[in-house]
Amino acid sequence: MSAAFCDSAAEAVAGVEDGSTVLVGGFGMAGMPVQLIDALIDQGAGDLTVVSNNAGNGDSGLAALLAKGRVRKVICSFPRQHDSWVFDRLYRDGKIELELVPQGNLAERMRAAGAGIGAFYCPTGVGTPLADGKETREIGGRTYLLEYPIRGDVALICAHRADRMGNLVYRRTARNFGPVMATAATTVVAQVTEVVDTGELDPEAVVTPSIYVDRVVVA
Amino acid sequence: MSGGTALTKDEMAAMVARDIPPGSYVNLGIGQPTLVADHLTAGSGVVLHTENGMLNMGPAATGGPDDPVDRDLTNAGKQPVTELPGSSYFSSADSFAMMRGGHLDVCVLGAFQVSAGGDLANWHTGEPDAIPAVGGAMDLAIGAKRVFVMMTLFAKDGTPKLVPSCTYPLTGVGRVDRVYTDVAVFQVGPSGATVLDTFGVSYDELAERLDVPLARPS
Repeated sequence: MSAAFCDSAAEAVAGVEDGSTVLVGGFGMAGMPVQLIDALIDQGAGDLTVVSNNAGNGDSGLAALLAKGRVRKVICSFPRQHDSWVFDRLYRDGKIELELVPQGNLAERMRAAGAGIGAFYCPTGVGTPLADGKETREIGGRTYLLEYPIRGDVALICAHRADRMGNLVYRRTARNFGPVMATAATTVVAQVTEVVDTGELDPEAVVTPSIYVDRVVVA
Repeated sequence: MSGGTALTKDEMAAMVARDIPPGSYVNLGIGQPTLVADHLTAGSGVVLHTENGMLNMGPAATGGPDDPVDRDLTNAGKQPVTELPGSSYFSSADSFAMMRGGHLDVCVLGAFQVSAGGDLANWHTGEPDAIPAVGGAMDLAIGAKRVFVMMTLFAKDGTPKLVPSCTYPLTGVGRVDRVYTDVAVFQVGPSGATVLDTFGVSYDELAERLDVPLARPS
C-alpha cells in the first residue's frame, strides 16, 4: 500500500503506544524530525525506548521529549555533547537508562532488522568494555562480536521531498539514519519539506523506496 | 625535522597532513584532528570522509553572503561545513560499512592514552559520574587501514599518555600505528614504540619520562 498522507503531525503520530520502541532520525539537529517529536509529546505516549544517534540537543526535539519524562531508555552512540544538558541531568539522577552502542553498530543493527538478518558478527568493540557479555567468534583469524538487530515499533524520520507514493529523497547530511530507520520499524512516519506528484522524483535518485514508508506529513 | 621547541597544535596538524599519502580517503576525528584539514593542500587529492554520511567534505562554512550556513550540512562535530565538487552523500549504514569494510586509508583520532602496542583509549575516562559517549570511534579504530593518533604526550598533570598498557577503557586493540605529539612522533605496534622524531626534548629525556621501552629508528 502506498503511504498515507496526513494533514497534521498529530495525525502522523497517532496510535503510538506506551512502552514503544521509537527510532528517531538525525545526527544532532540535522535530519531530526522535530515536528513529529513535538506531536509525540502532545500525543502523550510514555515509557518509551528511543533509538537515536544522540540523546538530544538543547531544549527542542528529542531533548524536549526526554525533559517531559516520557523516555525510559535511550539506545544511542553519543549522548554527551556540549548542549545535552537535559539527558545529562536525567542520567546523573538515575532517571534514564542508557545502552551505549558504537555508531556503526547502531546503524547495522537496524539494517539487520530491516533486512531480515537474525544477528551478525562484527569486529567493532572487540577487547573493549562494550564487548562485555557478548559472544565472540574467530573467523579467518579475526575476532568478531555477535550483534543482534534493533527493531522499532515506530520510526520518526525527516526527509526532504516525498512523492504521492511515499518515495523519499533526503537533503545533504540530514540523510544520516533516515534510510536505515525507514527499513527497521513497523510504522514509518516521515516529515518532509515538500510533496511532489508521483513521477516527479527521478527514480534513479530515490533513496527510500515507498514500500518502507507508511505515513507522510509536510512539516 | 627534529626541532628545538615543542610543537603547537597547528604545527602538529601540519605534520600529520604531510604524512597523509596523496589521494587518500581520510576521516578526521572531532577535536584536534579537525585542524589537519587546514593543512591539506588542494593538490594532494585527499578526500575527507565524515561519518554522518559524506565524502569530499569541504572547509567549514563561514556564514558569509556567498557561503550561507546550511543546517543540513555538518561534519561529525555538528559544525556547518561545505561541499566540494565530487562530493557524495550516503546513509549512516553505508558510511560505517565503508569504514568497517576497510575502504578508508587513514583516520586521525585524538586519545586519552595509547599503549606501546597500539591500543587506543579515547572515549571514556571511566569515572563514576562521567557520561560515556563512543560515537564512531570504535568503528574507525577497527576499520581504517591506518590509524594515526594526535595528542599531547603528557596530560595536564604531567602523566604520560603513551603507556605500557592503557588504564582507561579501550576503544580498540592494537590498531594505532603512528602517534603524533607536541614533543615527539612514535611508531607503535607489535614490536613496541619507536621514536621517529623529537621536538624540544632529547631521546634520553623521553626515555626517562616514559614508562615504555623506546627504540630509535634503525
